[in-house]
Amino acid sequence: MKPLSAVVVSVSVALLGATLTSCSSDDALVVYNAQHEQLMEELVPAFEKETGIDVELRNGKDLELAAQLVAEGKKSPADVFLTENSPAMAAVEREGLLAKLPEDVTAPIPEQYRPTSNAWTGFVARSTVLVYNTDQITEAELPASMLDLAKPEWKGKVSFSPTGADFQAIVAGVLATQGEEATRTWLEGLKANGTVYDGNNVVLESVNAGESPVGIIYHYYWYRDQAEAGEVSDNSKLHFFGNQDPGAFVSVSGAGVLANAKHKSDAEKFVGYLTGKTGQQGLADSYALEYPLNPEVQLDPPVKKFSELAPPAVAVSDLDSAAVVDMMTEVGFL
Amino acid sequence: MHLGTLDTVRYGRWLVPALAGAIVAACLVPVGYVLWSAASVGPDEAYDFLVRPRIGELLWNTGRLMVGGVVLSVVFGVCGAWVVERTSLPLAGWWHGALCAPLAIPAFVNGYAWVATTHAVQSYPGTVLVVSLSYYPLVYLPTVAALRRLDPSLEEVAAALGRRPREVFTRVVLPALAPAVLGGALLVGLHLLAEYGALQLLNYPTLTTAILQQYGTAFNGPAATLLASVLLLACLGLLALEMLARGPAHRARVGSGTARPAPRTRLGRWTAPVVLGLGFFVALAVGLPAASLVRWLVKGASAELDLARMLPAAGTSIGLAAVAGLVATAAALPVVWQAVRRRSSWSLGVERAAYTTSALPGVVVALALVTVAISWLPGLYQTLPLLVAAYVILFLPRALVAVRGVLELVPPRLEEVALTLGQSRAGAMRRVTLPLLLPGLVTATALVALAVSTELTATLLLAPIGTTTLATEFWSEASAVAYGAAAPYALALVLLAVPATVLLGRSSRGEAR
Repeated sequence: MKPLSAVVVSVSVALLGATLTSCSSDDALVVYNAQHEQLMEELVPAFEKETGIDVELRNGKDLELAAQLVAEGKKSPADVFLTENSPAMAAVEREGLLAKLPEDVTAPIPEQYRPTSNAWTGFVARSTVLVYNTDQITEAELPASMLDLAKPEWKGKVSFSPTGADFQAIVAGVLATQGEEATRTWLEGLKANGTVYDGNNVVLESVNAGESPVGIIYHYYWYRDQAEAGEVSDNSKLHFFGNQDPGAFVSVSGAGVLANAKHKSDAEKFVGYLTGKTGQQGLADSYALEYPLNPEVQLDPPVKKFSELAPPAVAVSDLDSAAVVDMMTEVGFL
Repeated sequence: MHLGTLDTVRYGRWLVPALAGAIVAACLVPVGYVLWSAASVGPDEAYDFLVRPRIGELLWNTGRLMVGGVVLSVVFGVCGAWVVERTSLPLAGWWHGALCAPLAIPAFVNGYAWVATTHAVQSYPGTVLVVSLSYYPLVYLPTVAALRRLDPSLEEVAAALGRRPREVFTRVVLPALAPAVLGGALLVGLHLLAEYGALQLLNYPTLTTAILQQYGTAFNGPAATLLASVLLLACLGLLALEMLARGPAHRARVGSGTARPAPRTRLGRWTAPVVLGLGFFVALAVGLPAASLVRWLVKGASAELDLARMLPAAGTSIGLAAVAGLVATAAALPVVWQAVRRRSSWSLGVERAAYTTSALPGVVVALALVTVAISWLPGLYQTLPLLVAAYVILFLPRALVAVRGVLELVPPRLEEVALTLGQSRAGAMRRVTLPLLLPGLVTATALVALAVSTELTATLLLAPIGTTTLATEFWSEASAVAYGAAAPYALALVLLAVPATVLLGRSSRGEAR
């Protein structure tokens, strides 16, 4: 081997060694985190300081980490699982991998936002919204209900991202409030009318660019881009459906403790911290702009107040993701 | 039939085949997982799932993307190589560097940059253009290398026999380039089968994006692996096509290291248009993504340089890329040796089999290793060796193509001569074969290292907990819509890829000494 490449290799091996040895210890609480990393990076140090418990994060997306937990089964090294949407949590619960949470951990969260099984709890929420291009749509033209988007007058005007966990939660909300027949008709109409994108951020970007006049997304994508530079949101505004419309559906991010957790009591403390006032305040103050679910804590303006959202009354336990997937497969989204 | 010298070494008779077999068997673990998991779906259910319009649509999309992307990459790669190597293009060395540069830009960064520029790329022609701009260097590099090694006397003989220059090119040069071009085209095809990030942004649904969506929406592993088995079939088709096109020819030639430089076609009054055309092409392939990264940096409110976070991530990226590159190259050697020097349908089959896994999306390969490791190798789970193994499995074909490209041109007779001159077998290997293979080994290491530095899914699932790389940090910021904060990581990825790209550029022109 030539001297130069020998140097390159030994330097890289040394670098690799140095960066990897610093980070494994057996007593640390292992959190599989599908929530945005930035959110946890603000909360975890505060939790570590308050409790003296070390936390290690494995970051990923709902889909990867849920699939990974299912593949790992009972041998998973994870203690806590955090998701962006409830279906991933429900998928892990279905495999019997979650432990029941103690009463005091879930108590601060309103009952609507946690399953009756108590196998996990919601801790933050995101609201469905309609983002519209302000050059193409006036306020008066906005639909009264998200279900109207399936009507012929919206043909070619609506975009959405049916393939993520986000939209699945929205459809589950429609199914829970409108029943199977109406949901199927709505999905078929939407497929005929709409442009399909992969990802809420892509929908936002296309609406802002005028590719599509309106799009179905979650509220925080728009607020975050506004906080960033407005590059993909300055030509658009948000429309909150309210009125218990299915389009005002609120999807919750879940937190749960694994049944085979090695550090169960620490794990419960961590989830308790997320639902308690300090943790929720930390969430509210963070970059995430998602709604804290503990009623004692509110998000600051300009984000619309949680109490003004008027979402449909759907309990997370009523969301039937299996039926949603069947229906979306039938209609041809999946 | 050649008798490779290594084969006559006492242990070589079984060691090389055993190593090759073991390496390929490890590569096939994810394929086994896919078949095992897909088999858990009943036949009726599988039929209902697979035989419906949506799957037809996905197959059609995947098929035409492969055809379009491979053809356009070959056109870009071969034309670029010919202009740089065989014409009087001014500053050819500089253009060579510019044409290698897209290798340093991850496909998803390129995809984002294009979509941010024009939505017209969210279509079939647009998608074909963008992926070809990302992947054509995989054809360009081996073609440049082959043009350099091609003995000009063959062309001179053809010309002396009365062939016109165009005929010489189509009947002598092109056939001689075929193995290099085909190897590159195969890599492009495999990458397109498994590509996700760029296609998601380009809004172009294929089997792979649908697999990710099955995991993401339905949390349905068996359905996803059912789709992955369709992907495997497509990959087998691709491999068979490449093998048919490659044919049975031997290509070794004594004296391959000393080919004279070939005469260059004078561009004359075509110089200006060719330079302008190349300039435009480089602006599309390199300028546009680079400009978009700079724009994020300048405009994004979240743009800040957190060196305490970036340096460890960069260190890990470099380390992982270098280690995986070297291991993959070492693993490629016995597999290619078997396929080239002990050519049989068995050894060729073993080599081909190693390609199949790379057509699978990273998430499928990673989940396969999760399943296998946690049950049988719990001590290795989420450790460095397993992560490196995952990288090798994912990117071995890049190393195979590069090593094969040079080994095919090294005649076994050279080693035999060294032996008769009194060299020991190890000495012949060290002093004759390895130096001749060196450019290919450098290319292999650099190609794998580049792929590893942008890999995301396997890293997220299999890395030791707490590991961050530039790619994971970029993804973490970008998925939170913090493009300003993501930009420095993408830029660092591109900058770190420059040395590997330079190495590739040099070794393809035979300058890696």
